[in-house]
Amino acid sequence: MLSYIDKIRETSARLLKDCSVEMVIGFRKGTVPMMNEPHFAKTAEAVDKLVWDSNCGINLANYLTNRQEKIGIIAKGCDSRNIVTHIIENKIKREQLIIIGVPCSGMIDKRKINAMLDGEINDVVEDENNITVKGNDFEKILNKRDVLQQNCAVCIHRNPVIYDELVADLVEEQEGVDRYADVRSIEAMSSEEKWKYFDDLLSNCIRCYACRNACPLCYCPTCFVDESRPQWVGKSQDPTDVRTFHFLRAYHCAGRCTDCGACERACPVGINMRVFTKKLEKDCLELFGWEAGMSADVRPPLDTYKPGDPDDFIK
Amino acid sequence: MEHMGIEPGRLQFSWVSSAESTKFVEVVKEVTEAIKALGPNEHFLKTKAKVA
Repeated sequence: MLSYIDKIRETSARLLKDCSVEMVIGFRKGTVPMMNEPHFAKTAEAVDKLVWDSNCGINLANYLTNRQEKIGIIAKGCDSRNIVTHIIENKIKREQLIIIGVPCSGMIDKRKINAMLDGEINDVVEDENNITVKGNDFEKILNKRDVLQQNCAVCIHRNPVIYDELVADLVEEQEGVDRYADVRSIEAMSSEEKWKYFDDLLSNCIRCYACRNACPLCYCPTCFVDESRPQWVGKSQDPTDVRTFHFLRAYHCAGRCTDCGACERACPVGINMRVFTKKLEKDCLELFGWEAGMSADVRPPLDTYKPGDPDDFIK
Repeated sequence: MEHMGIEPGRLQFSWVSSAESTKFVEVVKEVTEAIKALGPNEHFLKTKAKVA
C-alpha cells in the first residue's frame, strides 16, 4: 500500500499541470502519529506533501459537498461509495470529478494500538504486513491484521467502485467475512439489555458532534441538533437528549451509510456509534437487497416505491 | 426503536384513510389497550432536573 504514493503524486501532479483539475484532495501527515489529515493540493509543489499509508481513514467524500470547481480526489473503496452517494444526491457532479482510485487493504485503529502499549507513541512505521510502533523506551512490531479498524476488518468493498485513474492493481476482496456479528449479538438481547447496552455505549458522549462533522452524509446546511426554531432535540447532556441525537443521526444515514468508520474514528472518547448505522445497513441489505453507493444509476430504496416493499410493520 | 431497547409493541404503525373512520376507531382502541397492557413508559424520560 505504501508503494502507491509515487503513483498518487505523479497522477496528481499531471492532473494539476494539465489543468484537468483545480485541486487534488488527498492526505498529508498529521502532527501526531497515526493521524493523517486531509490535504488540498492546488499546486504541483503541494503534491509532494501527499501521503498514503494505513492512517488515511477519514472519508474524503466529506469535502466534496457543493463544490463548484473541478476536483481530483483520492478514493479508497468506502470513499468511492460515498462519492457515488454524493452524485446520486446531487451534491457534486460526476463531470467535476477525476477520481484517483486506491485499492485499500484496511486502515489501522489508533485506539487499539494505544491500548496495547503503555506510554506515548512517538513514531509508527509500517510495511506491507507489519506496523512498528516506537515510543521512548519501547519498540514493538504488530501485525497489521490484528490492529485493523473493525469496519475495515469486515469490509467487502476494498476496491473503489468508481474511478478514472487507478494507482495500483485491484486488491482481492475479502470473502466469507461475517459483517454483522456485532449487530446480531445486540438483536439477541432482551429489550432491557438493549436499553442498558446503548446507555453504557453513549455514557461518555460529550456531544461534540465530531461524528457528524466527519461523516460525508451529514451535509445539511443546518443540522437538526443545531436548529432552535423549532428545537427538535434538547441540547443538554441528559442521556435522553444524547440518545435522541445519535439515534436520529443514524436514521438520517439509513440506506446511505457505507460503514466507512469516519464517525467512530473522529470520536474523541472512542464511542462505537457504528452499531446504530450498522443495524440500518443490515436491515437495508436484508429488506431491500441494498448496499449504499455501489452504482450511480440505481435510486436508493428509501426514495423509491416498489409494490413489493416490505410493509409487515403497518397494521 | 426496538433495536435500541424500546419494548416491542410500544411503537405501532398503521395506515388509515380519511374515509375509514371505523378502522380509525378500531386502531385507536387496539393501540390504547396494547399500550396500557405494557404499562407506563420508562424510557426517553428526562430524569435530571431542569436548570433555568
